[in-house]
Amino acid sequence: MNQSMDTTGSRTGMWLFLYTEIMLFGGLFVIYAAYYRMHTMDFIASGKELDMVMGAANTVILLISSFCVAASITAVQQERKKLACTLLSITLALGFLFLINKYFEWGHKFDLGIYPDSPAMEDSPHGRILFFSLYYTITGLHGIHIVIGMILLSVTMLFIFMDKIRADHFVFLENAGLYWHLVDLIWIFIFPLFYLIL
Amino acid sequence: MPGLIENLPTNSGDNKLENTISFYKTPSPARFTGIGAWLLTTDHKRIGLMYMAAIIFWFVVAIILGILIRTELMSVGTTLMEAETYNALFTLHGVIMIFFFVIPAIPAIFGNFLLPMQIGTDDVFFPKLNLLSWYLYMLGGVLAIFSLFADGPPDTGWTFYVPFSVSTHTNVGLTVTAAFILGMSSMLTGLNFITTLHRMRMKGMGWMQIPLFSWSLYATAWVQLLATPVLSITLLLIIFERLFGSGMFDPNKGGDPVLYQHLFWMYSHPAVYIMILPGMGVISEIIPVFSRKSIFGYKAIVLSSMAIAVAGSLVWAHHMFTSGMSDVAVFVFSFLTFVVAIPSAIKVFSWVSTMYRGSILMTPPLFLSLCFIYLFSIGGLTGLVLGAAGTNIQVHDTHFVVAHFHFVMFGGTGFAFFAALHFWWPKFFGRLYHFKTAYVAATLTTMGFMLHYIPMFVLGMQGMPRRYYDYLSQFETGNFFAGIGAYIMAAGIFLMFINLALSFKNGEKISQDPWGGSTLEWQSPCPPPLHNFVAPPTAPGYPYDFKAVIQKANEPKGTGGGPS
Repeated sequence: MNQSMDTTGSRTGMWLFLYTEIMLFGGLFVIYAAYYRMHTMDFIASGKELDMVMGAANTVILLISSFCVAASITAVQQERKKLACTLLSITLALGFLFLINKYFEWGHKFDLGIYPDSPAMEDSPHGRILFFSLYYTITGLHGIHIVIGMILLSVTMLFIFMDKIRADHFVFLENAGLYWHLVDLIWIFIFPLFYLIL
Repeated sequence: MPGLIENLPTNSGDNKLENTISFYKTPSPARFTGIGAWLLTTDHKRIGLMYMAAIIFWFVVAIILGILIRTELMSVGTTLMEAETYNALFTLHGVIMIFFFVIPAIPAIFGNFLLPMQIGTDDVFFPKLNLLSWYLYMLGGVLAIFSLFADGPPDTGWTFYVPFSVSTHTNVGLTVTAAFILGMSSMLTGLNFITTLHRMRMKGMGWMQIPLFSWSLYATAWVQLLATPVLSITLLLIIFERLFGSGMFDPNKGGDPVLYQHLFWMYSHPAVYIMILPGMGVISEIIPVFSRKSIFGYKAIVLSSMAIAVAGSLVWAHHMFTSGMSDVAVFVFSFLTFVVAIPSAIKVFSWVSTMYRGSILMTPPLFLSLCFIYLFSIGGLTGLVLGAAGTNIQVHDTHFVVAHFHFVMFGGTGFAFFAALHFWWPKFFGRLYHFKTAYVAATLTTMGFMLHYIPMFVLGMQGMPRRYYDYLSQFETGNFFAGIGAYIMAAGIFLMFINLALSFKNGEKISQDPWGGSTLEWQSPCPPPLHNFVAPPTAPGYPYDFKAVIQKANEPKGTGGGPS
């Protein structure tokens, strides 16, 4: 059994898994497209209620974190264990920061009574209800993915400590990195759809 | 018993094959013993058999539910149960048959066991992930059982259509979660198979030397991988809708219930091909072996599998012709539905042509395959009646639809599953079953099947709706005969299972290929050793070359000191 040495195979498996994630969020984007077409004006009006600065900040945070993950792979290849761990720690910290931002963003909306099935939303135009339902569903699922990604990166860090991930064997780190990039990439689509183009 | 297989050629004279230790006696990983050797194993063969146990359990449960439904329908009015119970039963029958039996049956049992063997390797690429898939499958089963209690089993039909699935007070949430988890299990199996086929084929085996069963699993795996997430998200949205009232499909909040149907069928139509493609792969293996002739149009079958996988993903809205859609959309989806019939027809043509001028050797697996071709063809042709927009309006949501998809799913996949069981049973267990009983069981099942579903075509044409608890008295005769057919069919299936089970007691022991197969899995002993092959298998230039098999069969008996 020599599968564990076949890093191309492991990467193939990871890429296949990423396709499934893209299809998962793809389903939600299809719903977005359909409802956007049905309630264009409501969507545009609701989009203005979101805080573009917060969204932009989170985009920057994720982009930097993605860079750190990519850099940590190079660090491991150069056998600079400490640097790799530092970079991953920064990534984790940035992930936390993203979630904290999200927490305040959601909290603010809740204070305004904007959440599914809230009394304040009852008389809203239909498009606004759908927009915020989609907003909570998509950013919520994305948030769960951030948490999973952070767990994955923590495990990766542990493996680097234990020397299970080394310069000659780092496919686990690569795959965890790929996952993190995907989570980042999905945000790159969420950000314009909800905050930017409306 | 021995007389039954006298005419079958065997790889006689190879003592190496007889004296190997089977995988039953060598746990993997080796540190586990007893029950742990099964529950914690990463051996693809053991995982396949564990799937088999669970899947057959669910299959039997769903058959019993089906029998109860048909008994209730045999006469007008209340016969056995109240309407609510009836609604729950047909929902459970559908959910169990589809998510627990038809989708996983062939890939999870036979795919797991045989895919690595057919490509000459020792396991799937991610053995631990494979075990995880099994546990996800079991977890889905446990959740489904839980959903029977508390608020009562779901009564929505297996499609979970909104708005009813959101407003009903039964346990839809749990059942939907179970379906979500089963989806993950099937997705991970698909991921595993694709990676295995890409990275683990033995040296010298090119893509056009892969046996057709493995090819069909490859096509299936892509559909599993790309379509399942769409179902997952749709089911998640139902849960959100029930928990938080997100209104995504609620017209009172601007949502569109028809959008749910689109999303649901975007998965569930491709899922139809997840169900049938592996079955077609099984038939493509069995027919050439017992025709002693190379399969007709190997490349055409490969291409048609892939074509079905692609085109099958583009036809989902033909389930919704009456739900409200533009005429252009109806036209396009109707056209695409007719297009997707072509690759299926190519396969049927290839199977029949393979048998033409072959030297046919009748065995139970071949018999079941022939039943498959016949039943599947009827199912496919009546599918065109439904795919044509005009006739669809007439028979939509009638018993005609019920008969059609049972012909395809049961007459197709179900019979392919039976054929696969009979074909690879000796490979799995090193035992032959009683042939005559197998024929009797197969005949009973097929006759019962016809008597069961043909009346439903007629009932549908007469306008009897599906899923109704009660009906007008003019439909009674048809329903009565359908009920009788159901009993005969169930008797046939149980006889089949009993016959297979009895092989452990009375069945003749064999250690080598009893059929004369040409694909790699037959180069190893029955049952195979832990690493599948005694000596590294030799890659055939073409997987369906029967020259060696025929040559061996023509050798005078008694030479080489073969097995008794």
